[in-house]
Amino acid sequence: MSSVAVAESDATLQDNRGAHGIESLWRSALRRLAKNKVAVISAWFLAFLIVIAIVGPMVLPYSYSEQDHSAVTQPPSLEHPMGTDQLGRDILTRLVFGARVSLTVGFVVEAVILIIGVPLGAIAGYFGGKLDLAIMRVVDVLYAMPNLLFVIVIMTFLRGQLEADSGGILTFLSGLDIKLGGLVGVYIGLGLISWLTVARIVRASAMALKEREFVEAAVSAGSDNRRVLMRHIMPNTIAPIVVASTLGIPGAILYESGISFLGLGVIPPMPSWGLMISEAIPSMRSYPYMLIFPAATLSLTVLAFNFLGDGLRDALDPWMKRS
Amino acid sequence: MNRSAYVIRRILLIIPTLLAIYTLTFLLIHATPGGPWSDTDKPIPPLVLERLNEAYGLNDPLWKQYVDYLKGAIQGDFGPSFSSRSRTVTDIIVDTFPVSLQLGVAAMAIAVVTGFTLGTLGAIRHNTAIDYVSSFLAIVGISTPSYVVASLLVLLLASELHWLPTGGWDGMFSTKAIIPALALSFFPSAILARYTRASMLDVLSSDYIRTARAKGLSERAVIIRHALRTSMLPVVTVAGVVFADIITGSFFVETIASVPGLGRYFVSSISERDYPVILGTVLLFGTVITIMNLIVDLLYPLLDPRLQGR
Repeated sequence: MSSVAVAESDATLQDNRGAHGIESLWRSALRRLAKNKVAVISAWFLAFLIVIAIVGPMVLPYSYSEQDHSAVTQPPSLEHPMGTDQLGRDILTRLVFGARVSLTVGFVVEAVILIIGVPLGAIAGYFGGKLDLAIMRVVDVLYAMPNLLFVIVIMTFLRGQLEADSGGILTFLSGLDIKLGGLVGVYIGLGLISWLTVARIVRASAMALKEREFVEAAVSAGSDNRRVLMRHIMPNTIAPIVVASTLGIPGAILYESGISFLGLGVIPPMPSWGLMISEAIPSMRSYPYMLIFPAATLSLTVLAFNFLGDGLRDALDPWMKRS
Repeated sequence: MNRSAYVIRRILLIIPTLLAIYTLTFLLIHATPGGPWSDTDKPIPPLVLERLNEAYGLNDPLWKQYVDYLKGAIQGDFGPSFSSRSRTVTDIIVDTFPVSLQLGVAAMAIAVVTGFTLGTLGAIRHNTAIDYVSSFLAIVGISTPSYVVASLLVLLLASELHWLPTGGWDGMFSTKAIIPALALSFFPSAILARYTRASMLDVLSSDYIRTARAKGLSERAVIIRHALRTSMLPVVTVAGVVFADIITGSFFVETIASVPGLGRYFVSSISERDYPVILGTVLLFGTVITIMNLIVDLLYPLLDPRLQGR
């Protein structure tokens, strides 16, 4: 897949110079991406999933917590296309709500990662010296943390704080937390430990960028540090950030489903793909469909993000060194 | 910087790293509302609760608890377990960590063999069907969480086909280890395959490989004697990620395949607010990951002659 795109990318670059003149890097990257079939299919799949996650709950006749004791552990049928679970809940409906949970986790965590990682990385790379050393020391320590353990510890702490609910912003957050199935702690915990890679990528780019002429020009034209960072350094690190984000979202989704699988994440009856998988395991021999549907949906979603991320990396290749 | 000074500095850096891990974890779990005995079904009489708190030092000021636990931990004493009162955390670690370790080593061995094979095959058969299949397998591998793999393997190989036992533990060489080790090796294999392929492609286009081919070596000799060693270098750098993943994966796989390892203990200790078990596990895994990263960093220049004398 990646090799195909790389081979094509050279040809495409030639074309650009010849027929169309030099087009913008983004547009030519998009054109290369459009030729990568696997990445395009993945993008469509994810778009479809997002639409389903938004519209599905309004259309589906069941709710995620509605129990039908006359229809327990039914195999897939016309009424219940993916069957029902031990409590008689419609599995398709729960999968759709699970898609909401997973996609929200993916995007929110990625946002937290970018909010922390991009400025810290840019500051470390651009200023260097003691500031860089301090930030990178924090990064090193966090790298040595056993990630999942640490997320669980942070999450338990935050959940405790939200349940204690001491007023002010906490009241707002704990209200939000209940609506989101108790996952606010997961968002923050995951964000707090996952910004390291983005910070490292941005730092490396910033170090390279600050030697470039256009940055020197901006400095000599009287731009202050803040302006140079906001206007010149950070925007030019977008290509690697886009790739890292596309590959970071599935990571967050996997973490959330893992934590929910262990029974420490989403609070029932709110469904999560991980929770559905763990509920299906004790009786997977008798009712394999209860395991297969959420497991396949989870893997396909993560797979699609990874394919799209790989495709983006290849498409943006001339812009960044392949890792 | 001179090499031995660098080595010593790196080794000394372990101390502040572990101290930071300990401090963060300690503060977080103690700031979490609710204590180890607040969640039980029948409420404990206040007097008993007071005695328990006194006995376990939970009435001491926080700084004293912090220092006391740290003192013990340095001497290998991770305190008593609150939930299984007859055993200390050290007992639990001594019983369960070797199991997790064996499982991890078995998984690592599988991952190294499959990862390097898939990656190398993909690179030397670049842009052929073999390459596409190996790349596809690798991306499926990084997209499928270990608990899905483990449960599917149990469903298929144990429940349906009856080839292997569904769970339990008899050491890493018994048939009971096959399913958990395979499940645990899935993601690391995929990561190693991806990195090996990329790095091998890089190496194969380098000048010295052209020279080796030009002097008439067989393709096999070129790959094995010249390309493989250099292409393994960048791969070594992901070892940290791989180890961390094996440790995390063990939580899930041990639960599904009923392996009596340390991962399972950690999960239950969280909901039971078993502070010493939480701290002990985090510290132990933190130490393992830190030391692994250190070994990789120190080995790296030895493997790559270009970096020697740094």
